Amino acid sequence: MTEKPLSTVAASGSPASGAGAAPAPGAPLLQVEDLEVVLSTGSVTGRVIDGVSFGVGAGRTTGLIGESGSGKTMSAMSIVRLLPDGAETSGRIVWRSQNLLDAPRRRIREVRGREIGVIFQDPLAALNPIQPIGKQVGEILRRGGMARQDVHARVLELLGRAGIPDPEQRVDVYPHELSGGLRQRVMIAMALAGEPQLIIADEPTTALDVTTQARILRLLADLRHQEGLAMLLVSHDLRVMAHVADEVVVMYAGRVAERGPAREVLERPRHPYTRALANNVPAVSTKTAIAEPLQGAPANPFDRPSGCAFHPRCPLAVERCRTEKPELREVEPGRFSACHRATEVAP
Amino acid sequence: MTSSDPVLEIRDLRVAFHGPRRSLRGGRTITQAVDGVSLDIQPQEILALVGESGSGKSTVARCVLGLVQPQEGTITYEGRALGPIDKRPAELQRAVQMVFQDPGSSLNPRMTVGSIIREAWKVHPAVAPSGERRETMRELLAAVGLDEGVAARRPTALSGGQRQRVSIARALALRPRLLVCDEAVSALDVSVQSQILRLLVELQRTRELSILFITHDLAVVRQIADRVAVMRKGELVESTTAEQLFTNPTHRYTQGLLRAAYDLEGAVEVTFEEAREQIS
Repeated sequence: MTEKPLSTVAASGSPASGAGAAPAPGAPLLQVEDLEVVLSTGSVTGRVIDGVSFGVGAGRTTGLIGESGSGKTMSAMSIVRLLPDGAETSGRIVWRSQNLLDAPRRRIREVRGREIGVIFQDPLAALNPIQPIGKQVGEILRRGGMARQDVHARVLELLGRAGIPDPEQRVDVYPHELSGGLRQRVMIAMALAGEPQLIIADEPTTALDVTTQARILRLLADLRHQEGLAMLLVSHDLRVMAHVADEVVVMYAGRVAERGPAREVLERPRHPYTRALANNVPAVSTKTAIAEPLQGAPANPFDRPSGCAFHPRCPLAVERCRTEKPELREVEPGRFSACHRATEVAP
Repeated sequence: MTSSDPVLEIRDLRVAFHGPRRSLRGGRTITQAVDGVSLDIQPQEILALVGESGSGKSTVARCVLGLVQPQEGTITYEGRALGPIDKRPAELQRAVQMVFQDPGSSLNPRMTVGSIIREAWKVHPAVAPSGERRETMRELLAAVGLDEGVAARRPTALSGGQRQRVSIARALALRPRLLVCDEAVSALDVSVQSQILRLLVELQRTRELSILFITHDLAVVRQIADRVAVMRKGELVESTTAEQLFTNPTHRYTQGLLRAAYDLEGAVEVTFEEAREQIS
């Protein structure tokens, strides 16, 4: 991703209302500590998130990587309390020195959308199909207390900032009239409407074409560099992560397998699961053989294997892995791995 | 038939749909989804058909399967015309089978895996004589890497990778010669994607299949395709060997697509100017 100089701050960015001074870049903005989510669906109950900890620094991007059932989306959505019915959470989610898990519902509604913006994977499902896009963006502004006469101009500005060409022409169109990429930009405009300090983006480019993906990633990177937005990016796509995230958290079966600086983790994994994921990403620039696949399917977090949840699929597994759950430990400065044999993982 | 005769010949295919409104004030327009596409698939070849959404690649696949009727053009299988699916002779219906993107929605959740596969034999009983069906089922499941016990289970009790194996087994149950795979690995987890790709390549060799592999994922194309056809806005912009396409793309659009794609390592080029034009 092209690095943008921090000095090119967008002239359009209006001051964050009442958000206070932004913390210094890199200082922890959000801290998730020992998060647990117990979920009951009909007959089964499971601790689907089991002791997950990670942080997002001010102006930084943390990536949550994982396959289906890894708990990446649920970990992210716990922050803004968007969880299925019957989910019980414990641990701490510290946002601006407040534990959001203890906060009243009213406070969460204030955080969601205003302090923390959310971008969902499928904008067509997240947008209201029978309301013009401009109205949907405007509604967030009006709810945020903006005077009626100021809303229209601000909507146009937000659509423009999200990279929608000719906002005046598009403000009255309906979501279905837009391409997937433009719909995702409308979602981004809505997420920006509250002038958040953090954006949670759940698979924001997964449903998009390659060329559109590249442009949305560029936009997100620009927002970060020019406006100092922090981002929690949820994705199964390691290529996206390698290029957008500063830090990554690799999740497996509701636990953190590995955590550290994005490039280092993906290029020099210290957990066999990360290594398998990275080896399974095919290249475009050179012809690669189809990787030696992992056996089996991702573990079910409702029925997690004993010891290390990854042991049934792990080429390095030994007896200890079957019986003893590996704790996440610092295996080298800044690098954390939950693997008994972390030091033996070769790229 | 000599070995160089194509299995499938598509000649000057044209398909138009009544599309959504293109402009804000305009009326309904006719969208030319496929606009004069000609393609050959050789025996035991993997031909990748790539393009972005709306390029018409899936419409071409649907024409091959007889689910969409083209306004113009012909599709022939070993020299015999392929019409709409319900007008195809039984052996042509069998010869071309499909693997869908999302096995979750293409497999009936109320049926067991065994009955899903046996359903195909009800329509084409000659493929598997009733006395041999139990054994054929066992072979078929083994060929796609599933235990025999899976036959008694329902798709909802299986993982995504297992479900995709079931839909491959269902397609193979009729002993096809040509498999049409529409984004067959796109919805799968990374660690499972390689399993299914390996399986498809192995089956292509052992069962002497030709595969029309429709995808937007250029990295996967590079791993498995013999030849690649690139579509854009209903037209074929480039059709050549995989080696040639990735090392020396001639069309500007293909060059742009390759620039917009990126690897785990190295830099991202996001200078794809054509993407700007595509914003609609």
